[in-house]
Amino acid sequence: MRRPSPRLLLACVLFILLALAPILTIFVGNDYPLIVLTRVLILAMAAVSLDLILGYGGMVSLGHAAFLGLGAYAVGIMTTEGVTSGLVQWPLAILLTALVALVIGALSLRTRGVYFILVTLAFAQMIYFVSVGLDAYGGEDGLVVPTRSRFSVLDLSDRTSFYFLCLVLLFAAIAFVAHLARTRFGLVLRGAAMNERRMRALGFPVYRYRLAAFVIAGALCGLAGILLANHSEFVSPSIMNWGRSADLIIMVVLGGIGSAVGPLLGAMVFMLAEETLSHLTTYWQLIFGPLILIFVRFARSGLIGLFPERSGDG
Amino acid sequence: MADLPLLSVKRLLKRFGGLIATDHVDIDVGAGETHALIGPNGAGKTTFIAQIQGELSPDAGAIIFSGRDIAREAAWRRAQQGLARSFQITSVFLQFTALTNVILAVQAQAGHSFRIRRAAVDEPALVEPAQAALAAIGLGDRAHVRAVALSHGEQRQLELAMALAMRPKLLLLDEPMAGMGRQDTARMTEILRKLKTQYSMLLVEHDMSAVEALADRVSVLVAGRVVATGSFAQIRADAHVRAAYLGEKHR
Ligand SMILES: Nc1ncnc2c1ncn2[C@@H]1O[C@H](COP(=O)(O)OP(=O)(O)OP(=O)(O)O)[C@@H](O)[C@H]1O
Ligand SMILES: [Mg+2]
Repeated sequence: MRRPSPRLLLACVLFILLALAPILTIFVGNDYPLIVLTRVLILAMAAVSLDLILGYGGMVSLGHAAFLGLGAYAVGIMTTEGVTSGLVQWPLAILLTALVALVIGALSLRTRGVYFILVTLAFAQMIYFVSVGLDAYGGEDGLVVPTRSRFSVLDLSDRTSFYFLCLVLLFAAIAFVAHLARTRFGLVLRGAAMNERRMRALGFPVYRYRLAAFVIAGALCGLAGILLANHSEFVSPSIMNWGRSADLIIMVVLGGIGSAVGPLLGAMVFMLAEETLSHLTTYWQLIFGPLILIFVRFARSGLIGLFPERSGDG
Repeated sequence: MADLPLLSVKRLLKRFGGLIATDHVDIDVGAGETHALIGPNGAGKTTFIAQIQGELSPDAGAIIFSGRDIAREAAWRRAQQGLARSFQITSVFLQFTALTNVILAVQAQAGHSFRIRRAAVDEPALVEPAQAALAAIGLGDRAHVRAVALSHGEQRQLELAMALAMRPKLLLLDEPMAGMGRQDTARMTEILRKLKTQYSMLLVEHDMSAVEALADRVSVLVAGRVVATGSFAQIRADAHVRAAYLGEKHR
């Protein structure tokens, strides 16, 4: 029997704390903490999906929020058109994001380094401007989503049930990414990030594995987008402006790249900072930005670095 | 056709701008042969190996491997067909353990890697051959150490273990003893002497006692050109070679 790793313990503790959080609403007397926390969970899920390609795969995508937007818009548009069943909406929305990720990935993964960053940014901007141009669906002003996705077994309009759904899906995503990293597929992804030249010499066609990871990450982020549309009951282009993509990168780096659970920590700290600092000044990012730089300068492995890994590659 | 060489390089040419790094080189490696490639620094040995392995593409010439011209094929396909290169400057996965490094090499030759059911380190089909390859080059008890924490000599051994774990038809070894002390060099020579009975090798090496101990044939590369090919004794006796290379080395 191996002792559980500090990171697994951390994940369990976070899960328990977050599962107990709804009790807060009883003390506070309103739903505000729950609403904020639900948002944290959803953005954490987007960050976890980004970690798969950024942290494990070494692909610095500056367009990841596009998938958040695609998932959200797919739900918003389908609801507007009268398709409200979650069993129809969700698979279609995920399929759409996966397909778009396939196209963007297939083209952008032919480039490297700074070019990859710029190409992913360019594609995301294209999708952003398409959403701005969707006059039938609110254009720049966005679109109210009149009802949440309908499931026979679960009422998503109940805030507490929705919170728990997000919590379970987030931790399923974390477990999925952490598992994936240890499989053959994950080793290829991480190996290609560490030493691509050696991977080719060993006989790996790295492009197709990277592309697969890009699609999985896109689809997972699409799921976060689906949740976001249901949570806000509103979608707008600002979901996927490039600043949001940058925020996701910050969450991943702050929490600890390539750690699956780190991005949740990163998202929590990021949103906490946003909540508190933005009350002090509208230029809160001017304070937060340098703080992050200093933090990452001294703790390169992010917050997760406080919870050391077991030796070995598990 | 039974005595067709395993590798047959014909009129290989590679230019870097005005420099001709590989100048119409012909070299054969027979099945089971250890063919040493020697030559002064900057002669073009690594460039030559890189073209056979596929990292660099030649400007002209043919690379016939197992009867097929692979000169235009992607490096990963060549590796799949049985070409394994070990690098002069250690090129491993520094953040992975020695075992995982070798697991990747085994995995590369075990079908596609779109497998996500189990952790790779829990698959006996990967771990057992990887352990065996580590044991074969004397790194068995260092399996769970991260590559970055291995000594230089151990990293060189890991480099070789990864090439072996690919179960190659031909080993392309680019100075396996590079940067090693006298003792480690002797140990590595001993390891290679054992391997030599099971593998075909193209061996780039500066250490003359290692070349003498290992090579069935030796080719001498000077300024991109093969100036001599023959047994070690023939090469040592060759006045040409002495002038170009051995002389300056043995002074
Ligand atoms: N990518 C490159 N671009 C330009 N010139 C290069 C490149 N790679 C190698 N060269 C040049 O080609 C020549 C051959 O280099 P190579 O590394 O193949 O020599 P080598 O025989 O392996 O030398 P050593 O014994 O030092 O390893 C050298 O003059 C080197 O400077
Ligand atoms: Mg060299």
